[in-house]
Amino acid sequence: MLSGAGVGETDVMNTNTKNGGLRTRVRDVLRAAGRGFVLAVVSLPLAVLCFTLSAVSVALVPAGVGIFTTPWVLTGVRSFANWQRVLAAEWSGVRIPVTYRPVPKDANPWTRTVLMLADPATWRDLRWLPVHMTAGFFTALLPALLVLYPLEGFALAAGLWRVMSKAEGGPYWYTFVPVGSNVTAFAAAAVAAVLLVVAHRYTPSLLTAHFRLTRAVLAPGQAQLAERVRVLTETRRDAVDTSAAELRRIERDLHDGAQARLVAMGMDLGTVEALLEKNPAKARKLLAQARRNSAEALEELRDLVRGIHPPVLAERGLGDAVRALALRLPLPSEVSVELSGRADAPVESAAYFAVSEVLTNAVKHSGADRAWVDVHHADGMLRITVTDNGRGGAVIGAGSGLTGVERRLGTFDGVVAVSSPAGGPTLVTMEIPCALS
Amino acid sequence: MRVVLAEDLFLLRDGLVRLLEAYDFEIAAAVESGPELTRALAELRPDVAVVDVRLPPTHTDEGLQCALQARRERPGLPVLVLSQHVEQLYARELLADGSGGVGYLLKDRVFDAEQFVDAVQRVAAGGTAMDPQVIQQLLSRRAADDRPLGRLTPRELEVLELMAQGRSNTAIAAQLVVTERAIAKHTSNIFTKLGLEVSDDDNRRVLAVLAHLDRDH
Repeated sequence: MLSGAGVGETDVMNTNTKNGGLRTRVRDVLRAAGRGFVLAVVSLPLAVLCFTLSAVSVALVPAGVGIFTTPWVLTGVRSFANWQRVLAAEWSGVRIPVTYRPVPKDANPWTRTVLMLADPATWRDLRWLPVHMTAGFFTALLPALLVLYPLEGFALAAGLWRVMSKAEGGPYWYTFVPVGSNVTAFAAAAVAAVLLVVAHRYTPSLLTAHFRLTRAVLAPGQAQLAERVRVLTETRRDAVDTSAAELRRIERDLHDGAQARLVAMGMDLGTVEALLEKNPAKARKLLAQARRNSAEALEELRDLVRGIHPPVLAERGLGDAVRALALRLPLPSEVSVELSGRADAPVESAAYFAVSEVLTNAVKHSGADRAWVDVHHADGMLRITVTDNGRGGAVIGAGSGLTGVERRLGTFDGVVAVSSPAGGPTLVTMEIPCALS
Repeated sequence: MRVVLAEDLFLLRDGLVRLLEAYDFEIAAAVESGPELTRALAELRPDVAVVDVRLPPTHTDEGLQCALQARRERPGLPVLVLSQHVEQLYARELLADGSGGVGYLLKDRVFDAEQFVDAVQRVAAGGTAMDPQVIQQLLSRRAADDRPLGRLTPRELEVLELMAQGRSNTAIAAQLVVTERAIAKHTSNIFTKLGLEVSDDDNRRVLAVLAHLDRDH
């Protein structure tokens, strides 16, 4: 787990500077080794302690005692993890996000225990502790070893080998070198020199690697985020496509409808002006035609407005808008609404058009003679079910209106589920996470 | 006849004032917001109120709510509600108290000054003026599965539609270019076929027809 960036930095430093650079580098190396050593020595007992206490405390939750100890122990674990986060940022520039869910200050022990145990970050902490006391310990200690071990090699070459081999009663093993003479002692020094070069080059990176390991276990999963990004990208593209298509449709409707009628009206009125004296009868006929045109233009604008944002929705909110929609349907329907407030306008609008699409589907394809709509909000979720007693067989997919509904709601993280066995009935359930105000 | 007018768009308010004055109405007040309307209705006690559904400050259905509230305090207060769109939901709410003196029309109906003025007068006299679109929606919803309605002849349906709008026999006769006697015969047939009680009172019969059309299945 050596970082490309870290190695690159080292290279830059080595080539750009000479003596001053070497001195800085040595200081960096020694500092990393010292920090790694402290980290390993202090962390190991703390990690073992935290892990043991957590395991015991959580195991004791069913017995009752755990309810009181768990929040306390887990808070300790968090402090320990947070301390590691601070060190990671200060020593190696590795940022590990803090993602604990807030726990109310005045909550009772039971609530605290439940909230903390329900937090994925808690479980990441607990998973991290064993990693920290094994692989973490090793990666923290390695930089220190890489610096200290070569010193022993040089000491052997300087004469320590005599003392050591005497104590051993044979050759003293330095790595793979059996040290028992001056020659082998120098060989040991050569190995030590190689190790020192390695230490010089990699010690700071090794400490960074240690913190990267910590981040990999402590930080929330990248896979989840990647999935979220994928969904957001997709729904955003859908939303943009849909609204662009809507705008095109509105433009075309205005251009061919109301706009054209107003042009015709203006022409008629111009002709009327000219005919007023010469041919009053013809003028009157044109006036009537102009008035008809204006009425039709209004009618078209009204339909258009209904398609953009239904007036009842603006005036009364989702509940009454759905009721008004049901009253305009050619089949009898029952609407029940349980909403304690209004959702955000975009959510209301998406929900309204979704219901409208589902009901239109029911009217067109199901052969139903009755429909039921239920709209209610609970647990931060707007739930709408539309049922009809038609022949069933509705599916989401290829050209079905329900695909449009799915897209519309997808923008708001909403979902659609369809149950429509052959022979009916069809039940379409839609859920949109939102708050009411 | 004294009118209180509530409409927030200056052009329309001005046009309505001129139109009504041209037909000898006295404009007691022409206001542009809900609170002003409520005050005017309470203080000026007009013969009829002409009210836009959507008014400031909320720009929702403020006008309708003010009108309904005023009618709760003074039952039968004649109110003609105007809107850019008609909803059966609103029509239902206006008709709910069954006391008449209610009108609900699209703003476009103002184009035909005479018919509009006729509607204002009808409402002021305690009658009803329902927009043809409301009635058509009711009828088309009914047509599918309402058996009694299926027994009406096309001519009777035509008469029913006009009657439900609140027109008198005289007006219906004029529009369909037949005698009033013929219309009277049609209406009595309609009432028999729908199983409704025959009433001499124009307004009560309209409300009965509307109630029949709008009742839940």
